[in-house]
Amino acid sequence: MKSLTNALKVRASQGKQFIPDVRGAKPIGFRGLPVISMAPCENGCTACVESCPTTAIELEPFGLDLGRCIFCDQCARLCPQDKVEFTTGYRLASNTAEGLVVREGKSLSPVASTEAIRKLFGRSLKLRVVSAGGCNGCEQEINATTNVNFDMGRYGIDIVASPRHADGVIISGPLSTHMAAALDLCYEAIPEPKLVILAGACAISGGIFEGSPELNRSFLERFTPSLYVAGCPPHPLSIVNGILDLMGHADGKW
Amino acid sequence: MTLITNHANARLTALDELTTHDYHEFQTEMRQRLAGDDRLVSYFGAPSQTDAAPFLHAVFITQNGELVHFRGRGEPGASVASLTSEFPEMHCFERELHEQYGLDMAGHPWLKPIRFEGRDLEQMNEYPFYKLKGKEVHEVAVGPIHAGVIEPGHFRFMCFGEKVHHLEIHRGYQHRGVEKLLLKAPLRRLPPLIESVVGDSAVAYSLTHCRAIEALADLDVAADVERIRAIGLELERVAMHLGGLSGMATDIAYLPGSTSYGRLRTTVINLSMRLCGSRFGRSWFRPGELRFPFTQTHRDDIRKSLELVQHDIAFINKSFTESRTVNHRLRTICHLSKEVALEIGVVGMASRASGLSRDLRTEMRGGVYEEHPIPLVSEPTGHCWARGMVRIREIEASMNWMLAQSDLAHDVDAGTPPQITLRPNCGVVSLEEGWRGEVMQYLETDANGDIAHYKVQDPSLRNWFGMAQAVKNNTIYDFPICNKSFDLSYCGNDL
Ligand code: SF4
Repeated sequence: MKSLTNALKVRASQGKQFIPDVRGAKPIGFRGLPVISMAPCENGCTACVESCPTTAIELEPFGLDLGRCIFCDQCARLCPQDKVEFTTGYRLASNTAEGLVVREGKSLSPVASTEAIRKLFGRSLKLRVVSAGGCNGCEQEINATTNVNFDMGRYGIDIVASPRHADGVIISGPLSTHMAAALDLCYEAIPEPKLVILAGACAISGGIFEGSPELNRSFLERFTPSLYVAGCPPHPLSIVNGILDLMGHADGKW
Repeated sequence: MTLITNHANARLTALDELTTHDYHEFQTEMRQRLAGDDRLVSYFGAPSQTDAAPFLHAVFITQNGELVHFRGRGEPGASVASLTSEFPEMHCFERELHEQYGLDMAGHPWLKPIRFEGRDLEQMNEYPFYKLKGKEVHEVAVGPIHAGVIEPGHFRFMCFGEKVHHLEIHRGYQHRGVEKLLLKAPLRRLPPLIESVVGDSAVAYSLTHCRAIEALADLDVAADVERIRAIGLELERVAMHLGGLSGMATDIAYLPGSTSYGRLRTTVINLSMRLCGSRFGRSWFRPGELRFPFTQTHRDDIRKSLELVQHDIAFINKSFTESRTVNHRLRTICHLSKEVALEIGVVGMASRASGLSRDLRTEMRGGVYEEHPIPLVSEPTGHCWARGMVRIREIEASMNWMLAQSDLAHDVDAGTPPQITLRPNCGVVSLEEGWRGEVMQYLETDANGDIAHYKVQDPSLRNWFGMAQAVKNNTIYDFPICNKSFDLSYCGNDL
């Protein structure tokens, strides 16, 4: 009886925790999608390029690669004329790595679905996650997509334990050499047809670990991902929205 | 504004003033200190700039909270005697020295790879597992990929029926070459790289780095900045403890705990996001500056968010601790005795659940935690239950502490990045008590003031062995709960 009362009190205090509209949620304070102004840079200024820890920025023409960016804000802080401004935008996914480059007057290329993906996975998508050198940042945010707040399961998207039950793999981490064989095995064990999703700057480009001799990224030369979700780590809303877009899910309301 | 000039938790020494022993003196001092009252914090190598024999560095903390740092070395190619048989807590450090510098560690009873640094997959497949023989014995191999969304590592259980007789953990899958990358990276890349060594402890790692660089570059930060840094660190602790409790509840199928602790964690990390833009406190702290302003709005937000957590956590704490299932499931399993914890050098939160009082926040002098002490939380029993209780009680202590500190902190404007020039020929040991335990970094500069050596040590390096001891003689299905109760880092071990 006592434990029942306790449980009811917990339930009452819990209230409704899920985000009803993952498309329109407002994550206050989140440092997300950067917007690049059209104003020309001061002659010869390279403050942003020099400040960037991950070589995410190139000049002439200006491009900021969200596949490399770790959203540290340093470029925006050091720019003498507010060329880069970070917004709370969390739609930070694209179908290709090139689609993640934001430019003057051009945001990233939004995620598109295909008829085949919609038909196969539009109502049910089971994913196996492989961390290949992930620092437990991306892993925590991927886990969060299934918690009571983001509750990705309501859209038929689940993280599963066995690759045999999966329709695809989400990879996090820079792809350490020591995980190369296990990743291959896991991918092979997923029945066809199957998807590859990359979560986080490390998986997409090596991120802050780019250039480490202890990485083996050959998996990505052999298999082409359908979805790249930017962030360090990606916000759960970025992951959920990216996957919903890939599935061709119309509104994401619940 | 008062300045913290003594760089609490960071100890800088000019290399030519650092106590440097010959091999025999070094071994003698090690033995004396290990047998005495001092507590071993670290034992690691650093290359010598003149020949192939590395320096062996030792860091101890005395009972008065003083850091002792000395080094010694032998001749190139000479044998180095292992101290592990006498002092088992040396085992992981000596294994690492063997792996990184090829020292023979003569007499080491268990000289197995720590992370297969610089070795290929084939060598990894030949890990020399401990073998049990007998008709009733069987092995269970788990990993590197596990059922849930967690980092990879391989666990090999030697069982009699359902009982675990021995667990051996084979790691290295997460190795990213962190220590070498830290040497190649320009200064601007170091803080984000350090935050990614163990992403669930980004704040603890970044603060350890900040203090080291500040000591090397003669930078002072205002007391208020230190206070805000400590709030960041405690937010990380509370969030990870809530996440850990949610995980433990999930593993025993206690769903109210799983969801309620989980959503409270969301509240805490969203507060971090409003304070610095990242749910994990990434990019919040950098050497010599505060990157985001702190104002009344933030103070109000901290109060409102933490009071909400304080209010709601009371319900789930009561339900969790009074539940029969929870008590039944956690109270008697996976015991780590105080004696064993001490013997094998377990640190941090797990050590405090075995009755030890290892917490740098209360052990060390200086800094905000000396000015405003935070209560030491310790539980005597050493079971999964105790590790859960330490976390519940630490959440409470940290929240009270943060609320007081946030009121004390004055408004601070965002700073500008300082010019950083590192003193040449110095070594600095920097420490921080993260949520899991003590994080250590050692940086050494060369004659040009460039970083010549960067050592990183996560509490997981020492604690994995404690987890393996705790699961012995329990049933194999207790393992996930045991693992979650220690909540160790794979990356932190593999680097
Ligand atoms: S915010 Fe991104 S692009 Fe800007 S400096 Fe940081 S990593 Fe580079």
